[in-house]
Order: sequence, then structure tokens, then C-alpha cells
Amino acid sequence: MSLGSLAWFARHELRLAWRDAAAILFGGSLRRRIAGAAILFLLIAFVHALAFSLVSAALRGGIGPDPRTLTFLTGSALLAWCLLLSQAIESVTRAFYARGDMDLILASPMPAAGLFAVRIAGIGAGASAMAMLLATPVIDILVLLDGPRWLLAYLALAALGLLAAAVAVAVTASLFRLLGPARTRFVAQVVAAVIGAAFAISVQAAAILSFDDPSRLAVLSSEWLVSHAPASDSSLWIPARALLGEPGSLALLIAGSLGLLAAVLGIVAPHFASDAATAAGAIAAAPKHGEARARFRRRSPARILREKEWTLLRRDPWLISQTLMQILYLLPAALLLWRSFGEGGNGLAVLVPVLVMASGQLAGGLAWLAVSGEDAPDLVRTAPVAPSQIVRAKIEAVLGAVGIAVAPIIVVVSALSLEIALVAAGGIAVAAASATAIQLWFRAQARRSQFRRRQTSSRIATFAEAFSSILWACAAAFAAQGIWPVAVLTGAVCALALLAVRAMSPRAAA
Amino acid sequence: MPTETAPALAIRGLTKTFDRPAVDRLDLTVEAGRFYALLGPNGAGKTTTLRMVAGLVRPDGGSIHVCGVDALADPVAAKRLVAWVSDEPMIYDKLTPLEYLEFVAGLWSLDPAAAQAGAHELIGRLGLGLEANRRCEGLSKGMRQKVALAGALIHEPRLIILDEPLTGLDAAAARVVKDVLLERVRTGASVIMTTHILEVAERMAERIGVIAQGRLVAEGTLDELRGLAGRAGTSLEDIFLELVDAPGLAA
Repeated sequence: MSLGSLAWFARHELRLAWRDAAAILFGGSLRRRIAGAAILFLLIAFVHALAFSLVSAALRGGIGPDPRTLTFLTGSALLAWCLLLSQAIESVTRAFYARGDMDLILASPMPAAGLFAVRIAGIGAGASAMAMLLATPVIDILVLLDGPRWLLAYLALAALGLLAAAVAVAVTASLFRLLGPARTRFVAQVVAAVIGAAFAISVQAAAILSFDDPSRLAVLSSEWLVSHAPASDSSLWIPARALLGEPGSLALLIAGSLGLLAAVLGIVAPHFASDAATAAGAIAAAPKHGEARARFRRRSPARILREKEWTLLRRDPWLISQTLMQILYLLPAALLLWRSFGEGGNGLAVLVPVLVMASGQLAGGLAWLAVSGEDAPDLVRTAPVAPSQIVRAKIEAVLGAVGIAVAPIIVVVSALSLEIALVAAGGIAVAAASATAIQLWFRAQARRSQFRRRQTSSRIATFAEAFSSILWACAAAFAAQGIWPVAVLTGAVCALALLAVRAMSPRAAA
Repeated sequence: MPTETAPALAIRGLTKTFDRPAVDRLDLTVEAGRFYALLGPNGAGKTTTLRMVAGLVRPDGGSIHVCGVDALADPVAAKRLVAWVSDEPMIYDKLTPLEYLEFVAGLWSLDPAAAQAGAHELIGRLGLGLEANRRCEGLSKGMRQKVALAGALIHEPRLIILDEPLTGLDAAAARVVKDVLLERVRTGASVIMTTHILEVAERMAERIGVIAQGRLVAEGTLDELRGLAGRAGTSLEDIFLELVDAPGLAA
């Protein structure tokens, strides 16, 4: 492998990817590494046990190329593929826009098209690895119970990963041509998030509305879908047949994916260098967003801090979309609750836990931006303002934003039932305050642009934030139903859990 | 209360230890109205010292007085007198330079009319007029550094602390920054600046402190330092290398 060859560059990319993954999996102190390994082992054992129960039941009924199996496999593969595509679009967008080593690469005498082709191929390999990883428990159990022929499924999954990368490159490059470099970054990231969420959410919503079942599998294995599926010789079933190990379909899928990726790279790669340079120019060019005029008015430091947080958020549509996207995932839960309890005349009460949960999640995201995502921490800390006043202003900014978001719903609910509106408002306040407190306890300085990766900075904080939102949602649900003793008990459990989380936080340790 | 006669900065026995001592019982005095350059090799403790003065790092021991105000006992009062500019300009991408200055003025509770006049004057003086109402996300590093400097100066600080302020600035921008700082010194403010560009220290600073391994190893005017190093007529670079006993250099 000679220095400067594409193979050498591929090795360099692989090394960087491995070190990133290793840092996430095995980074930190020895105690953390041991705990991480133990959790990983338990998780692997759990998913294999789960896969065993599913696969053994399916094998008893026989797994073959029948319409039900093909429908189920195609739907499941499409669900997973949407996630892969979403991830791949994110990665390709980063390849266009992230500066990182881009200047070094573009300034080197190596052919840029080849380097970018390697980088895109790396994204394809990553998507393939992710697809194989997600399916590993099921395939392992199939191999164990039904023979090694199922190992061919890994090849089908790898091909699906490459297909996702090819489509992602095509989508991003098309957006670049259609919208230009300035808008593509934001639109591509929103498209990625919508693709990742929309299909999963809509299938789950359909399951809940049609079958009163939260499981997406209910739709994918339903009689209705099977009866409306195309004939068994349709080319739509090629991926499913490939997953079942049919040699012809598998060869077609692999050839098709590789061919499409090669074709897309052939078309896009030669322009990649100039596109990346244009993207860099779009970042460097000072966008003129109207004539924003500063108005020097007398305001307290607390007020100016609050207003700064709101202005920064309002001017960043990507952050708004990322924050609100979290709430989208609560839609199936709302539908399930509505279907389960709403028809008994108590529909308003079932809205309460969803609102509380959504507010907790929203507050967590906003609090991270205000506390950890402060882009000028030195300026704020050197200002002649007491630290407690700064923290209070940031908390007010977060809770104020959550209040503005949920106030219209609370007003509507209060017109129908004042009691339920009060319970909802109380639940929203404690859930938002808890999520904000967790972010304060676990704050770690970062750039706002790292918002998507905020979960990786502290697993405990991420878990605690979700856990407290769920528990407060449960407590509010019981209170809305008038079951106050259980509501109080649930709230007490959540408060104790929060105290435990606080004791584990770096602030407490310091 | 700040006093006119007190030194701009008086540090006694300042100590900070991370995994090893970063600042080791440091004593340092900067008289009011002086341009003071703090020099030292990488990891000498310059930035840690200045971050403690700015209230960004809590010392393990010692005292810091800014214009007579005990910065550890009354940090808010001390912060009113101090401005801090780091080598990496930290400003808000989604605000315009004028909005940024309005934000800083609000944090320091300045009179709005005076702050507005001061902001426009600084914007003009630092050559940011064309960018005043454009968001900072598109500004070059030099422009961002000038915005950060304007933010540091808008509240008329008595002590201006700059950590490598000329990093990334072109010659013209560096000249503007140096001129603005010298103007502030002429009006009675004090400037403490760390820099690795020894020519800048040699030309601008009235007094120079050399710090190594968390301790002040030499201090004085350029001539006094030449005397200490026993090398009359030599450059500051030679004196500096002599004083810090730079590894890798043959005697």
C-alpha cells in the first residue's frame, strides 16, 4: 500500500472511524469502561433472548417465501432502511459541509474525486455495518436454530446499506443543485430527520388506529396488508427474497446496490471538490438577514440574558427543527392513549401525560442549549453578574420558552376542564424544571452545533432526563384521572430518583 | 470601592494546581496606566494566571486585588473593572456585532445612550462599519477578534486583559488593535497582554514580566531585563530564551 494511494486513504479513514467508535464504546475511566462493557454484555444477552422468543415462534410456523413472510420482511426492511437512509444523508451532508480536514484534503495534490469517492464508500460501509449490527441477534438465532444458510442475510443487509448510501448521495447532491449550498445543509438535515421518523411513526400510528396495538409488527403482518400486497413474482420482493437467502435475488440486490453506488459516485464525485468548496464559501459568506438593528435600551442583565437565549434560538431554524422533532415521537403514544382511554369520555385526561412528557423533553433540549451550548461562556462569566443570577436567567429563558409553546394548549384545555388544565400545567412545570435541573447538574461546555450529539456527553443525564419525564407524565396521568395517592407516590419516586441523579452528577462530586 | 492610587493589579502568593502546579505562589504588581506584557513558554501558567484574575478560574490560594478591590472577596465589583479577551474569540454567530455590543452593555448595566454611542465609536474605530448589522457567523477570524475586543472595551474597563490578542489578525488589523490599546493606556487604563510575538512586547510594553513554571522569573523594563540577563543591547528574544532556559537551544 503506497503512501498517497486511495487504499492508503481508505485505511486512514477506517482508522479514524475506529478510533471514534472506540472512544464512544471504551472511552473514559476504567470504572466507566467496565460498567460500559457489563451493560453492553447484558444488552447483547437481552436482545438475543428477545430474538430467540420471536424467531423460535416464527420458525414453528415456517419461514419461507410466502406472501405473509415477504410482506413482513419487506416492511421491516423498509423501516430499518429509512433509518439507514436518514443516517447516510446526515453523513453525506457532513462530508460536504464539515470543515475538519476538508481544507487539508482539497489543498493536497491527490485527486479530490477519488478521495471523496473513498469517503462516500466509507459512509456506505458504515450504513452496511449498522444494518448488519441491528439484525445480528435475529440472524444469530436463525443460524443457531435453522442452519448456516441464514448467514447470507448479512450480505443482503450490507447491500441495503450501500443502497442507502447511494440514495443519500443522490438526494444530497440533488438538493445542492436545486437549492444551492446555503439552504442545502439545513434542508438535508430536516429531510434526514423526517425520513428517519416519518415512516416509523406513520406505521405505528396506523397500527394504533387500525389494530389498537402499539406494535408496528401488527400492521406489517396484518391480513389486510397481505391481501393488498403484489403477486409473489413481483420485483418488489427482491430485497425480502435476498434476506431469505435466495441466490438470484441476493445477486440482483448486491449488483443493483453496487451498480447504483458506482453510478452515483461516477456522476457526483467529480463535482464533489467544487461543491465542497462552494459549501465552504457559503459558510464563509456573511449572510445578510435583513438589517438587524440593535436597540440599546435599559434592561436588567437577567432580562438581556433571557432575550439573548430566545433570539439565538429564533434565528436558528435547524435547532428549532431538531428540538421539535423530539416531540414528533410522542405522537404514537398520544394516539395509543387516545384509542385506549379516550373513547370512554375521558379523552382530555389522556392528553396530560403526553403534554408533560413532551414538555420535559423540550425543556431538556433547550436547557442544554442555554447551559452547555453557551457560545461565549467566558464573556458571561466575566460579566459583573452573580453566577446565581446568570443561572436563574437561563432557567427562566428555558421555562419561558416551554411555557410559550404549551400555553395555547393549556388555554384550550382550561376552557373544557379547569381541573385538568391545572394538573397539566403543574406536571409540565415540574417535568420542565426537572429536565432543566439535570442539564445544570451535568453541564459540559460544548458548541451549539453539537446539539445532535449532546446525548453522548453524559449517558446518565440522558437517561435521567427521559426517566424523569416519563415518571412525571405518569404522576400527572394519575392525577388527571383523580387517583391522587398513586400520583403523589409516583411523584415522590421521581423526586427521590432525581436526588440520586444529583448525587451522581459531576457538580455534586466537585 | 476601587481607588485611583491602587495598582491596577496586585497578586500575592497566587497558587493553582491541576495535575501539577500551574501557578506557584506568584507575586505580580501592575501599576495603573501601564502596558504590561506577560511572557513565558507554553504551559508556563500565563493563561491560568490571567483567567484567575478575570474570575474564570478559582485559585487554590493567594490574593488578587484589581484597582484595590479584592477580586476573590467581591468578584462582581472586580469584574466591573476588568475586560477579558482570549485568543479564541467567543461571540454569538446568530447576533450582529452591534447586537453583541448591546448584549455586553446590558450585562455590564451600562447607560443605554452612552453604550450606543460607545458601540458606534468602537465599530468605526475597529473598521467594522460594513459588518455592524450582519450576523457574526460569516465574519473572518480577524473580524470576530475585533468584535470581541469591542465587547471588551465598551464598558470602559480599568484593566484590560488580553490572551494572545493578535493571533490570526492581518497586519492592518493588528495595527488597529495595537493603536486602540495604546489609546486606552493613554487615557489611564491598564493593559496586561500575553503574547508569543516578542517584537510586539518589545515595542508596546512599558514593563515585561517573564513567567516560567508558574513563577515570575524576571520583571522590568526592557533595559532592566537586559541587565538581568547580562546582555546589553541584545533583543528581547535572546533575553527571553536566556531567562526561561529554553530546552533544545545550545548555549
